[in-house]
Amino acid sequence: MSQVIDILSALLMSAGGVFCVIGAVGVLRMPGFYTRMHAASVIDTLGASLIILGLLLQSGFSLASAKLVILWLLIFFCSPTASHSLANAAHQRGIKPWQPDQGASSSSKN
Amino acid sequence: MQRFHSISVVISLFVFWLVLSGYFTPFLVTVGLAVSVLVVWFAHRMDVIDQEGHPLQLRGGVVHYWPWLIVEIVKSAWTVSRLIVHPRLPISPTLLRVKMSQRTPVGQVMYANSITLTPGTISVAIEGDEIVVHALTQAGADDLVGGEMDRRVSACEGRA
Repeated sequence: MSQVIDILSALLMSAGGVFCVIGAVGVLRMPGFYTRMHAASVIDTLGASLIILGLLLQSGFSLASAKLVILWLLIFFCSPTASHSLANAAHQRGIKPWQPDQGASSSSKN
Repeated sequence: MQRFHSISVVISLFVFWLVLSGYFTPFLVTVGLAVSVLVVWFAHRMDVIDQEGHPLQLRGGVVHYWPWLIVEIVKSAWTVSRLIVHPRLPISPTLLRVKMSQRTPVGQVMYANSITLTPGTISVAIEGDEIVVHALTQAGADDLVGGEMDRRVSACEGRA
């Protein structure tokens, strides 16, 4: 039984790691400011959730699990707030969203 | 109602203390309870404790809303991940305005945060009763204009 849980949690954590890497690749590949933020949001939703889920299976029914759940709630309340204030700051500074006709070369100036 | 609300804040703080401390000796549990009561008393005197800081009225609503939101997050995170690994990066970013039907600030924050939390859409600014949203793809923008999330947040808010 514990072997099944080990394998399951390893799978979940690996999947979470894969989504974190995908998000990082997206931050590098996407053109423009706002589109890069979209890629980053994959990391702190699916990536973080899967890793925490895997860790929850490891810790079982204990105080550590309760702390992991609090951590998960913290991420889910704070990350959209931080993303919003970042996007809002960019919006107020007048950063224009990237448009497809701009081409990839000019995107780094956004 | 006010008293019930304060007691619920004390209980939440006390549970938070217990979980973070992990020591269940009589002394530490007593100190934790005393500190929770003191903090709520101070907060009352400072008049910073209200329905927004501890939105107890949403307790019935979120039970229905969060599971739906989590499914939406997983679906759109999967969509965005596929866009990222796609060789041609087929994105069509748009900036759009979405009407929000929530009446209270807590409901509006819930809606804006839900939009940001779902990968592929970010709430950029709030102007009046509209949210300026940046969407990664036209399809993601159309989903939002469809208004299902708006309806569900309002339903969650209205369950109070």
